[in-house]
Amino acid sequence: MRALRLVSQSLLPFVAGLAVLSMISKGLSGSWAIVLMVAGINIILAVSLNVVNGFTGQFSIGHAGFMAVGAYTAAKITMALRFVQIAGISSDASDQLFFLLALVAGMVAAAVAGLLVGAPSLRLRGDYLAIVTLGFNEIIRVIIENTPFLGQATGISGLPRLTNFVWVGMGVVATVVMAKRLAESTHGRALLAIREDEIAAEAMGVDTTSYKVRAFVIASAFAGLAGGLLVHLIQLCTPRSFTFIKSFEVVVMVVLGGMGSVTGSILAALVLSLALEGLREVQEFRMVMYALLLIVLMLTRPTGIFGTREIWDILPKWGRHRAQGAAGGSP
Amino acid sequence: MSEPVLDARKVTMQFGGLKALVDFDLTLMSGELVGMIGPNGAGKTTAFNAITGVYPPTSGDVILLGERVNGRRPHQICMKGIARTFQNIRLFKQLTALDNVRVACHHGHRAGFTAAFLLTAAFLADEERITQRAEEFLAVMGLADKRHALARNLPYGEQRRLEIARALATGPRLLCLDEPAAGMNASEKVALMELIRRIRDQFGIAILVIEHDMRVVMGVSERLVVLDHGVTIARGSPQQVQKDPKVIEAYLGDSYLEEKHIHVPVEST
Amino acid sequence: MTEFLQHLVNGISVGTIYALIALGYTMVYGVLKLINFAHGDVYMVGAFVGLYLANAMGVEENPTIGKAVVIFVGSMMICGALGVVIERFAYRPLRQRPRLTSLITAIGVSLLLEFGFQLPSIPHLGIPFPPGPTPRFFPEIFTRVAWEPAGVHISNYDIVSFFLAVGLMLALQYVVYRTKFGTSMRAVSFDAQVAGLMGVNVNRVIAYTFALGSSLAAAAALLFAGSRPRIDPLMGLNLGVKAFVAAVFGGIGNVPGAMVGGLALGLAEEYVSGYMVSSYRDGIAFALLIVVLLVRPAGLFGTFRPEKV
Repeated sequence: MRALRLVSQSLLPFVAGLAVLSMISKGLSGSWAIVLMVAGINIILAVSLNVVNGFTGQFSIGHAGFMAVGAYTAAKITMALRFVQIAGISSDASDQLFFLLALVAGMVAAAVAGLLVGAPSLRLRGDYLAIVTLGFNEIIRVIIENTPFLGQATGISGLPRLTNFVWVGMGVVATVVMAKRLAESTHGRALLAIREDEIAAEAMGVDTTSYKVRAFVIASAFAGLAGGLLVHLIQLCTPRSFTFIKSFEVVVMVVLGGMGSVTGSILAALVLSLALEGLREVQEFRMVMYALLLIVLMLTRPTGIFGTREIWDILPKWGRHRAQGAAGGSP
Repeated sequence: MSEPVLDARKVTMQFGGLKALVDFDLTLMSGELVGMIGPNGAGKTTAFNAITGVYPPTSGDVILLGERVNGRRPHQICMKGIARTFQNIRLFKQLTALDNVRVACHHGHRAGFTAAFLLTAAFLADEERITQRAEEFLAVMGLADKRHALARNLPYGEQRRLEIARALATGPRLLCLDEPAAGMNASEKVALMELIRRIRDQFGIAILVIEHDMRVVMGVSERLVVLDHGVTIARGSPQQVQKDPKVIEAYLGDSYLEEKHIHVPVEST
Repeated sequence: MTEFLQHLVNGISVGTIYALIALGYTMVYGVLKLINFAHGDVYMVGAFVGLYLANAMGVEENPTIGKAVVIFVGSMMICGALGVVIERFAYRPLRQRPRLTSLITAIGVSLLLEFGFQLPSIPHLGIPFPPGPTPRFFPEIFTRVAWEPAGVHISNYDIVSFFLAVGLMLALQYVVYRTKFGTSMRAVSFDAQVAGLMGVNVNRVIAYTFALGSSLAAAAALLFAGSRPRIDPLMGLNLGVKAFVAAVFGGIGNVPGAMVGGLALGLAEEYVSGYMVSSYRDGIAFALLIVVLLVRPAGLFGTFRPEKV
């Protein structure tokens, strides 16, 4: 009985998510669905980057590089298995299974890349990570553009459209559940301790390097997932989707939402994805706005919208203030 | 005779041309409460840093429970059984008091990241155990009702106590307290020293206390080590140390007073 | 042998450029412990200021030494001023805040320059500013003369560039180690708070450090434009990362280290891409960075000063 309760508690978000998403996806069509899916992919990116930049207090600005690793791995796998079908099940089910395999492989590949980049640079102070990840993002582009196997600058086209609303939604659920359960676990507290004071954390027995690398590897894996989902949505895998511009977009989402706040990242990713959808054509203006946003935020409200708090830490307070008037103080 | 908790032998720490600590020897047995005193810049914190692995010592040996730990990283040394506090409080400011202590309880945690992600039974049991343990340490330091307050919002004295609770939670055999009474008034200092003695009695661990103010530490510690300019100038019981001419020189000598630009009315004892 | 010498000439010529930019990273890191992400973009601005000055004076039709001097001095001064402005308005207000805050601001300033320069030009300004995303070509500021002693191609640009760069580095070396300002700068780098108590005007030292580093970046941009005349608003991105690698390789915060690091990176790129894998040329710096971080994170001449506890 107890075991049953544990299992249901553990899987609840996934089962509920699947049910709700399936229902919504039936009533959803056309360009709206695509906009929402892109927003969902951005949520995966922002929340996973938040594990490194927000929870752990390190600063990665090359998330798109890991996205690229996941995307190319997944794309190569689906292209290779395009004409293969598992015997005994429908062609559609077979495709979905292979897609799952491709996405997981993409996550693993991105995680390995994260380990290779993170292990040397995370032994040092956080600001080295920034420039190493920026460099990594550029290197991935150089490698892709020079490798015929990866289609060079043209990339891989003709990918089957396997990403749908349910896949993206489940990706979001998995990412958010990962971030929240991590934050409320002993491992997550170790990460927060590193952010707050690395020297004290180490003196309390936290193996800081190991924890930083693990956080970075997890974040990279989910960036890989986002990459795999994206290329099977736009049916094209090119280096142009994974430039440093994409990385900076994600950084802006995390900083705007508040470093350390999962709900903040979700909200910022949603707002920036939807509101700026119209500005897609004028990329320079959009990036100038992002740049100004970063600078002004740092000068005026460096904690972002929510700081390290979550939406529900703030909402009840408003309610309380309304109920008790101005006299209502903090507990 | 049981083996000493800490055995520091000829530990020397050199920064460029400056010898911050020279041939430092110290042996601590379980249940001992030893004070380390000395004027500003005497090398007290440097000795702590050498013992806890913040800087690896230039030469000499730090032996912890029979094992040489020179050059180990601070987290490894902490796991071996030395915990410390910091002179300038280093709490995890944006975490709650409870979480500050829970961070220090994380050793002995078996469940990995995946278990946390899947909320397995083992993971939940571990979390339960850690929370319980952390609350016990908060209670010992009189902070039970502050468990959900953010560390940065606690008053100064409670921050100091929270830092001790956090250090205790790592389950140390030796607790190093770096000026735990700094910034407190005389009666607060005495109360804190009493608390430190109680901790020693309750947990049966060795405690090494740095204190700037000689009179405060005299009352509680059985043994004192006096450092000046990196050199151990005296050791022994408080009474012996108090009479030692070198100690009087270091504390009240002309050179010291000139250096600090202060005038102290000389007390006759 | 000829090939070897040719790579040597090219390597030194590129390496001195890396070194000049690396100096800016290393000096700012020295005094502020901040990776100034915008530094590569100040380099880009230097190239464009040079272009505007050259066009205004009609250098393309009639190059003279006098005009070349005006371009250099003008561009260096404007970039020096830009560096001071960036420090004053973006970094100084955040100096007491967590380091991450300044780092994010630096990234913001970098983006602002990169994409601000890609915006369409403001009408009725007289000059095409901002220049927009299309690459421009830098005119020859003096007539190119080339020789081929023993088959090695070498031009007067290479020679002038080399001697100017070395001259600037020697001048900097003199400033840092032989002048009162240099002493103050090293004092601030060692401990800004104590330096302030000793009567050093910390704000002024930091401002001058930015001016110095930024003007060196401008000089580097003009020298490099001689051999690679294609300039665009994103040109500082890659070069910035490479120069940073050079600074880390030499030991960040160490002035002679940045020079050695720059030369070493330039030569490594030339020889590795010349003899082994030319298409991954831009990856060499990154590989070097990873190796340095793994083997000797303090760099060749750097020493790690542990944080005071």
